[in-house]
Amino acid sequence: MSQTKQVKQLDRVIIRFAGDSGDGMQLTGDRFTQESAVFGNDLVTLPNFPAEIRAPQGTIPGVSSFQIHFADHDILTAGDRPDVLVAMNPAALKANLGDLPKGATIIVDTHDFSKRNLEKAGYSSNPLDKLGEVDDLLAGFQVQPVDLTGITVAAVTEFGLSRKDAARAKNMFALGLLSWMYGRPTEPTVEFLSKKFAKVPDILGANLAAFKAGWNYGETTETFVVQYEIKPAKMASGTYRNITGNLALSYGLVAAGVRSGLPVFLGSYPITPATDILHELSKHKGFGVTTLQAEDEIAGIGAAIGAAFAGSLGITTTSGPGIALKSESIGLAVMTELPLVIVNVQRGGPSTGLPTKTEQADLLQAMYGRNGEAPVPIVAPQSPGDCFAAAVEAARIAITYRTPVMLLSDGYLANGSEPWAIPDVEDLPLIDPNFATEPNHELVGPDGEVTGKDYWPYLRDADTFARPWAVPGTAGLEHRIGGLEKGEGHGNISYEPANHDKMVRTRAEKIQRIADSLPPLQVDDPSEAAKVLVIGWGSTYGPIGAACRRVRRAGYDVAQVHLRHLNPFPKDLGDILRRYDKVLVPEMNLGQLSKMLRAEYLVDAQGYNHVYGLPLKAAELAEAIGVLVGETEGREVNLGEHGLNLPADHEQNPVEASK
Amino acid sequence: MTTIDLTTPAMRSGTELVPAIDEGTTQTAKEFTSDQEVRWCPGCGDYAVLKAVQSFLPDLGLRRENIVFVSGIGCSSRFPYYLDTYGMHSIHGRAPSIATGIATAREDLSVWVVTGDGDALSIGGNHLIHALRRNVNMTILLFNNRIYGLTKGQYSPTSEVGKVTKTSPLGSLDHPFNPVSLALGAEASFVARTVDSDRKHLTEVLAAAAAHRGTSFVEIYQNCPIFNDNAFDAIKGMGEHKGNKEHAVIPLVHGQPITFGPRDEETGLGDKAIVRATGGGVEVIATADVDIEQVLVHDAHHPDASTAFAISRLTDLGYLSRSPIGIFRQVERPTYDDLARNQVDHAVEAASTNGTPTERLTALINAGDTWTID
Repeated sequence: MSQTKQVKQLDRVIIRFAGDSGDGMQLTGDRFTQESAVFGNDLVTLPNFPAEIRAPQGTIPGVSSFQIHFADHDILTAGDRPDVLVAMNPAALKANLGDLPKGATIIVDTHDFSKRNLEKAGYSSNPLDKLGEVDDLLAGFQVQPVDLTGITVAAVTEFGLSRKDAARAKNMFALGLLSWMYGRPTEPTVEFLSKKFAKVPDILGANLAAFKAGWNYGETTETFVVQYEIKPAKMASGTYRNITGNLALSYGLVAAGVRSGLPVFLGSYPITPATDILHELSKHKGFGVTTLQAEDEIAGIGAAIGAAFAGSLGITTTSGPGIALKSESIGLAVMTELPLVIVNVQRGGPSTGLPTKTEQADLLQAMYGRNGEAPVPIVAPQSPGDCFAAAVEAARIAITYRTPVMLLSDGYLANGSEPWAIPDVEDLPLIDPNFATEPNHELVGPDGEVTGKDYWPYLRDADTFARPWAVPGTAGLEHRIGGLEKGEGHGNISYEPANHDKMVRTRAEKIQRIADSLPPLQVDDPSEAAKVLVIGWGSTYGPIGAACRRVRRAGYDVAQVHLRHLNPFPKDLGDILRRYDKVLVPEMNLGQLSKMLRAEYLVDAQGYNHVYGLPLKAAELAEAIGVLVGETEGREVNLGEHGLNLPADHEQNPVEASK
Repeated sequence: MTTIDLTTPAMRSGTELVPAIDEGTTQTAKEFTSDQEVRWCPGCGDYAVLKAVQSFLPDLGLRRENIVFVSGIGCSSRFPYYLDTYGMHSIHGRAPSIATGIATAREDLSVWVVTGDGDALSIGGNHLIHALRRNVNMTILLFNNRIYGLTKGQYSPTSEVGKVTKTSPLGSLDHPFNPVSLALGAEASFVARTVDSDRKHLTEVLAAAAAHRGTSFVEIYQNCPIFNDNAFDAIKGMGEHKGNKEHAVIPLVHGQPITFGPRDEETGLGDKAIVRATGGGVEVIATADVDIEQVLVHDAHHPDASTAFAISRLTDLGYLSRSPIGIFRQVERPTYDDLARNQVDHAVEAASTNGTPTERLTALINAGDTWTID
């Protein structure tokens, strides 16, 4: 070693890997995430990629990025602004520069800063040539130009690959370098590569060589003088793994099958960002999971409804546009009162919208998007790992109450990841399908005497209002169901005005009664002095939680509550809302939950609404909460470094600081 | 891309895995009749089909609780309410997709779809063709009355060009589908056509359809007395076509030469014969003008559907004055549901050596890079 490297302690770091769609940035980010997870940091990730499979190379639309926030304490978001940007080409630099705070470190692959690539990114000159000059676009950043491609190609010559193939290993060089900088364990990546490229020894060798070269470059050259240490986070005891929302949701559906004893039947049509669930469940036939890739969205849910009628746990997975197509079928499931789990991994809309970006603007669609009074319970996970429990909960409600249930995930939860405390399967709720096996209704003769028994498909449970579920093959319980209004009890077609009124109210009441089975809400109000309540649902849990922490760290009071059940609302929600002077509802839409809360509880719920296709930013939200706290309490609120003013870490030059 | 040769499940009859009634017992049409009042218009062809099905089902010898009828929307789609089996009256056009779910989830059910020309060929066209290509084990009864009845008389996808209806006062512009041609083009393994009023033929076709493993597609010409009366009079030899049925119906019998028209007492052949035409199709010619060897012998089992398709083209697209009736095609092909269950069953069997579902789920969610905090 030519010099002694400094080691600097940090409590948290946000790194963004950015490059062309073909540069392997998602893989690089995934590996860094696994290393950090195994090391024991808490972490949250945010992949961000274009809808095009291969947008034109070197252009800004073609930039793909992966952000990871890891820390020695529990964190809730993938971070607002990266401390470190790894930019593999000029487009990646340009597309991401605006998100960086001053003082951030930028590692660039100089090799790709060719005239052609600069032009594609819209640079008239090379910003790397102007470092330190008056017109330095990168002034105020710690820029580390490294010929990542060149060094990689040199490092892998012994494997005799073409230059193009050799250069492809540059992402592993970048991973090696960053792994050194942050003291990541290398074994998981070595193991991963050995498995992935087991059949192509040359490629394996090149990737391993590039990865090690990156590590050694950090350790031995004078370019990087500081190594950072982020200690493992203190987390609750248990066994953890890193998991994305789509994977957790898939596992949750498999678990629902195991815990209910029902065969799982998924009818689905591929759609971003929900397709991974269809991919994943297709692998688990060993659990009795049948997957049908249908001819369209409607057939996907149709097959699931058919399977539900036949006694399976019917599931359909899609995104907003697919829900639009399935709406009539959802109405059929409401009318026939069959168990069904409908997964909507929400994306930016309307229409095709932003297929690969996140949004939560389908809440009102889930709530009201059908003809007639067609109530559907809604469950929303709050983090990637939570998708597991939310899926089990959706299945519990569907099976117990004989109803379609909407599970509202979103693009951020789907692809984002976090450490997940793996639950004990035995601790998951047991779900009893409680199939009907016997006639349930007495036939009465003219003199009031019981003459026999028959089966009434709409004779309800007195408490839950759930109807019996008799599956074909059960002798004596033959019956017909359908989309036409049916008479209460016997279930035959009925156009009686009073019966329709009763049935509409009964179906609504059945959904409301689900609230009897819900636990009380957890209100996070540590000082118990808060006058402002922040309430959200779904994937905004992280940013809202982080924003509330910022406000509290700055010395102010704020309460937070997060909804898993959007329909019906938990029974104590009204009382909780009324306990606070002001209610703020941050959402990635133009105010859908706030509208529902206003309608239901007549509270002056105020919206905080962004639709950038990205998660809410904690610092910006903290400022908005601060303003409301100030208004409510009638005082000046200044969050200082806990708001949009940069925290001390960012202002300090890491190199200077270490001297 | 990689393709895998699938393990082909044993070929069975359409109802082989469905529980039969106890030996020595019988069922009656009455047992298959529900207590619901039938509400079709007087004279509707649907009555005849319902009666035929109610009297045919007992002969199948299957347990009533293992039979499921699924329908979409339209007059014919009320059918399930009148049968005392399991049933679902679903939504417009979607019955084949729902039936696909039922048939795939359960091998022990006899699954029937009742649909119409609007339900199956217009709003539900996509589901129909995909059910046929997948060859899901079910029987689809398409009641073709060449009109929209439930919405009170608009032209349908099988209506003739120029038809005057409420939505086409100057005549319909739509070129019609020939349902049999469509089914054959969609890779159907069993395709037949019959007529509502011909109880004997209808029952024979139903029996063959139920016995076929895969999607059996049966087009049933069905008269709507209110909005499209007399549409099939030529085929039925009724009204102004009285006595002329043999000129209109081209009977298809597997292994028999295809002829129609007045029969020669000696040869049993009709006076018109189907022969191969130049250009790949078939044509009608006077039997007297051809060698008997040249007359096309019907082969419903031929692996290539081309000839069946050519025969289907003999159907009039305008007013129906001529139509081939019978089983066009009946070939064996693995069914989607058998293949799907095969994959799942093998996977379940293989997995069962690795522990209980709970143990395997525990292993699944604990797989990959994990770490433990004490």
